[in-house]
Amino acid sequence: MRAHRRRVVAVAVALALGAGSAAADVKIAFIDPLSGGGASTGILAQKTHQFYIDAINAAGGINGEKIELLSYDNKVNPQESLIQLKKALDEGARYLVQGNGSAVALALTDAVQKYNERNPGKEVLYLNYAAIDPALTNDKCSFWHFRFDADADMKMAAMTSAIAGDKKTQKVYLINQDYSFGKAVAAAAQKMLAEKRPDIKIVGDELHPLQKVQDFSPYVAKIKASGADTVITGNWGNDMVLLIKAGRDAGLKVNWDTYYGGTPGTVSAVREAGVDTLKQVSEWHKNAQPDLDTTVAAFDKRFPGAENEYAYWRAKTMWEMFAAAAKKAQSNDPAKVARALEGMKMSTPLGDVEMRADNHQLLQPLYVSTLEKGQKYDAEGTGLGWRTDTKVDGKATALPTTCKMERPK
Amino acid sequence: MLELATISLLNGIVYGLLLFMLSSGLTLIFSMMGVLNFAHASLFMLGAYCSWQLGRWVGFWPAILLAPLLCGLIGAAIERYGLRRVHGRGHVAEILFTFGLAYIIEEVVTMIWGRNAVANGVPSAIDFPLFTVFGTQFPAYKGLMMAISVAMFVFLYLMLQRTRIGLVIRGALTHPRMVAALGHDVPGVFVLVFAIGSALAGLAGVIGGFMLLTQPTLAHVVGPIVFVIVVLGGLGSLAGALIASMLIGILQTFAVAIDYSLLDALRALGIAVTRGSPWYDVAAIKVATAAPMIPYLLLVLMLIVRPRGLLGTRDA
Repeated sequence: MRAHRRRVVAVAVALALGAGSAAADVKIAFIDPLSGGGASTGILAQKTHQFYIDAINAAGGINGEKIELLSYDNKVNPQESLIQLKKALDEGARYLVQGNGSAVALALTDAVQKYNERNPGKEVLYLNYAAIDPALTNDKCSFWHFRFDADADMKMAAMTSAIAGDKKTQKVYLINQDYSFGKAVAAAAQKMLAEKRPDIKIVGDELHPLQKVQDFSPYVAKIKASGADTVITGNWGNDMVLLIKAGRDAGLKVNWDTYYGGTPGTVSAVREAGVDTLKQVSEWHKNAQPDLDTTVAAFDKRFPGAENEYAYWRAKTMWEMFAAAAKKAQSNDPAKVARALEGMKMSTPLGDVEMRADNHQLLQPLYVSTLEKGQKYDAEGTGLGWRTDTKVDGKATALPTTCKMERPK
Repeated sequence: MLELATISLLNGIVYGLLLFMLSSGLTLIFSMMGVLNFAHASLFMLGAYCSWQLGRWVGFWPAILLAPLLCGLIGAAIERYGLRRVHGRGHVAEILFTFGLAYIIEEVVTMIWGRNAVANGVPSAIDFPLFTVFGTQFPAYKGLMMAISVAMFVFLYLMLQRTRIGLVIRGALTHPRMVAALGHDVPGVFVLVFAIGSALAGLAGVIGGFMLLTQPTLAHVVGPIVFVIVVLGGLGSLAGALIASMLIGILQTFAVAIDYSLLDALRALGIAVTRGSPWYDVAAIKVATAAPMIPYLLLVLMLIVRPRGLLGTRDA
């Protein structure tokens, strides 16, 4: 009897252990702002990633294992991110997902690169879905970093091509945030406009403090005084919303060529004043396809409400590619998945995409769109929606790279 | 040039009056109660949220009255059931109490209204250009804001200096026992002062919410600048706060318009700083880029040169 009981216990323990090892999921660390000023973007991204991960898990996971998303709050701070990365590694994460803030991304690629050199066989793979400083896939590129958003230069190339085609554009004003990304946007605009339309005059090149300005009226007064007909800005978050709000208040009549005109709050801040004038460059917008993608519709249903307006199409591409790469590698080992991702091609509802092998930058279609009335799907319930002006195919967005990647043997 | 100067002056005045609106309630509470209320900006934020929420239920005009009233009631409750208890334990306890309160209000606001900004647009009743100078529109809501800000100053000044209740309030600060012995309800006076200060913060929030973004970080965003004004103007001085607000508003606005750096000034004097010099990077910073630093620079200088502030009567 006692022996029997012991055997039962042993079986139970074995079962429990067995269940434990089957549940030894692929842990993915999501390190982004979940509190403070950047929380709204961070939490929306978190929901989007979780949404697509759930879809992969529902379809059986990757190589029979389920994906588990662990979230870490970095408050958009590079130092804090490194601490959170260490925590994530201690908890067994082998993949890292981050997007908000290029300064954070630069710190993380560096840390991941060093960690992987020191810990062969336990490498970590970094999936970047939003940090778009060009340096990350050029001078500071790393074998362990893959970027799924078009970088600042690629977006600027699409934007300047659209501007160059508009003969009415004569004077351009650049206003950007004073840090690595904002400076990269300004430099790219200067260079590309000089190449494509040397007759265009750049009448201002402004850098303002990052997320510190409350009243943009003084800047708008300067733009007005310069006589600009077009403003180019890489501003995001509050800086985007407040800038366009101040422009509307002052009755400033310019074309706004933006990276993040789709930032939540921007369309409702500018409203009718943005019709025909507010433009954005993005990999997706609600009217990019005739009908809303089924996953986007499902996301809207699962996360209703204004603060959950779908924004990260690239997350869909990223997770589908990730699952495909793991399948191709027949392994969930980051080093093998990384090899499989290199040069990987996929077709999406919007067109073909390709992960460049030389610098790990995803090539995907880009849209230049303008805010218009009478679109099928509107933004933020305003009745105004984005309309595609130009679509650039993935291949055509490729730019030369200075990346010299050190590949592990 | 004239165009930019005129618009900048106008923008400076608007920004200055916004800052005064923000800090008047804080100045009142500090000068009458000696409490440095760290939750002041949070009440400002509550005012913005309440006016947005009430505006959806009862319309904008009733909301502009009800929101400050609600903030005043919340302020009264804070004083009566919180601050009064810690009052006896000295200023550190008070500051820590209001500090903690600021965090609680932020979390509550996040829980109720979410992390994203609510669409607190300017109501259509005041959403039109008031006038146009040099082709730049001046929106009506900014005009309303200026009027309210000036009215706040006049109201506070008259109330404190010309009315009986003002006399009692001022007396209660310096001689609480004597005022109580004369039959006045001193604790009641403190509740009233805190409620008025909170209501003013709420009113500022109603209008400020249109200009800034109504989101849970709003208190964080305006908190530091409010303290700069109160210290710069002289702790507890209403007129000082007004002068400091206008000074910061106008200086900062004009600084943004100046695209010159120290480098240009030195060059004009015939001094060349080469790229190799360790000072090059510092000297090359444009005045415009350094503009948001100005209030804090003034704060530090003021504390060194004149710790009591512009019109203050006691040291910070």
